[in-house]
Amino acid sequence: MDYRNSNLLDEALGLEDEECGLRGKVIAIQDCVETSGAFVFHQLIKRLLVPNSSNAVVFLAFSRPFSHYDRILRKLGCNLAAQRDDGRFLFFDMLRLQYPDKNEDKSSEDWLVAVFRKILQIVRAFPQNNKNYITIMIDDISLIEVAVHGSSGLVLDFLHYCQTLTSEFGCSLVTLNHADIYSSVENCAFLLQMEYLADVLVKIEPLVTGLAADVHGQLTVLNRGVSDGKGNLKTKTPNFRFKVKENVVEYFYPGSRT
Amino acid sequence: MFIGPRNLHSCGRTTPQITESKVCIPNCRLSELGIRAAMAAETICRTLRDGVLEGELAAALTIKDSSTSPHGFQVFSYVLSRLSSSILASKSQSRAIVIVSFTRNPCFYLEFLKRRELDVVSSHQWIGILDCYTDPLGWRDRLDNFKEISRDSSVLVHVYKEVKDIDKLHLSILELGKRLVGQGKMRFTVAIDSASEMLRHASVSKVAGLVSNLRSHEQISSIFWLLHLDLHEVGVASSLEYVSSMVASTEPSSQVDVNRERADLESPSLREQNFGEGKLHVRFKRRNGRVRILTEEFHIEQSGIHFVSLSSDTGNLSQSLLLKVQFSLQLSEKERAERAKVLLPFEHQGNGKPIQIYDGRRSLPENRDEETLTSTNISARKDDNRSGEIIYYRDSDDEMPDSDEDPDDDLDI
Repeated sequence: MDYRNSNLLDEALGLEDEECGLRGKVIAIQDCVETSGAFVFHQLIKRLLVPNSSNAVVFLAFSRPFSHYDRILRKLGCNLAAQRDDGRFLFFDMLRLQYPDKNEDKSSEDWLVAVFRKILQIVRAFPQNNKNYITIMIDDISLIEVAVHGSSGLVLDFLHYCQTLTSEFGCSLVTLNHADIYSSVENCAFLLQMEYLADVLVKIEPLVTGLAADVHGQLTVLNRGVSDGKGNLKTKTPNFRFKVKENVVEYFYPGSRT
Repeated sequence: MFIGPRNLHSCGRTTPQITESKVCIPNCRLSELGIRAAMAAETICRTLRDGVLEGELAAALTIKDSSTSPHGFQVFSYVLSRLSSSILASKSQSRAIVIVSFTRNPCFYLEFLKRRELDVVSSHQWIGILDCYTDPLGWRDRLDNFKEISRDSSVLVHVYKEVKDIDKLHLSILELGKRLVGQGKMRFTVAIDSASEMLRHASVSKVAGLVSNLRSHEQISSIFWLLHLDLHEVGVASSLEYVSSMVASTEPSSQVDVNRERADLESPSLREQNFGEGKLHVRFKRRNGRVRILTEEFHIEQSGIHFVSLSSDTGNLSQSLLLKVQFSLQLSEKERAERAKVLLPFEHQGNGKPIQIYDGRRSLPENRDEETLTSTNISARKDDNRSGEIIYYRDSDDEMPDSDEDPDDDLDI
């Protein structure tokens, strides 16, 4: 992996550690209407699919078609179509799949079982030594809930099964979800469940002071279990600002810019 | 002489509600609230090790945490390792342990115990894992090419695929335990790594029923489980606490205003601090219904969780509380010096005569003639021309200022 151009986000996610990186971890990205977290997904895909790496991405797209991601990643300097042809970017267009029938009790569960089966088959098909280089990305969780007619329990079951792959094969799981959807008291338990499930939590929020031309929002990364080298297990929670540009995202600490 | 405020020892009789006490009586020492800085974690491990008391149900521990201090699993792992070493050393009432694993792969527990230098593959089987993690709903079973993951055959691991069926889960736990200790009088311990996960699949009544049934089983010595408090309604947690004899809860070391808890934790530095350390409060329920609270600090390190006795330094407590208010409650050095100079109205104002302060031990008629130590009133002349006089009477003769009675007499130390 090319680590020469690491930025604050990469550092916060621990991507600088070539041996471990995201392996075996669950990364939950939470954004909101004012500040989309899609750019974190794009940055991660670009990071994972750098030339000469063994990484592979299994992408479950519930929100946008392949052409959308391809266009954005091309601007970032990553050819997704070529990566797809090479078998390193496995794209599942969930929009084209027929969603389960609401009238049948078991159909939602069966549908999720079928999706999990596909992921499992892909992971199993990879050579044993490369299984821990697989990253499963889901864009986004709230749309799975829509697909299964609002059954958040089933979504959590599905995520649990995806999580089992991280401990069984050492792959990683990256999910995107919208925090403000679950802001009501009844729904906040789902978001908390996600937080308990995740090893790394990335929160993307607008600035408290409102919109600004030079700062598009703030990013908080809660990374549990980072060793400080003195035998202590620390939880790092770096907080920094970001600005999404056409071809790049700039990350900087508050007050570090004039 | 300064007659201070009412003795704070009266706080010793307060019902120990930790958060409320801290907020309402910031100057109270924790020990005065009946909360002793003691080996809380040690005591729960000892109680679980001792297991069933005669004529009682099995010892049961609820470990609860929340997203503000998510260290419940570290406490669970600590208790598990301590209890496992007691079992291996035959110092425990139970002879084996059954781990009902909902949130961790069974391999995690085996690796964890190996890291603690515990012999998981010893000559006799003492550990069994009911694997509710790998395939809790039988989804993998539905896949044609599902192969069960191969594990070390010397450790008893049983994959359970119907977590929604709590009755069957009950039977499976007992079956696994009996395979470890046999059908005789030998007992075993049950460790459930997430009651929250169970509650996702089954109703509260079913889960509480499972715990009650396990507690009353003649071959079960002790049982403990982890609960994420903020995922459930208050009643759900309470119902599980009712069926437990001990409740251990993790709380952030930096106490924040209850109403602003979530907002305060958005502060990255506070989050970092709370994810590295915290406090463990343990509530014991005795047979006679008496409640005892122990509290301890802990630090999370790479090697695991480390407990240290809680310092009862009032300053620290007040400091943590004072940070949360928007106005200053503390005095500067200058203010403190000025306060010391203030002469209180009942103090002798320096007319050269001996200080006469009523100490509450003699009544008015006896000492009317005495000019020495006592008086029913304290006369304080502001100046020699008798321009003013302050008379002080005690509120009540019932209250003795220096009682020999120990206000903490009723506490069980």
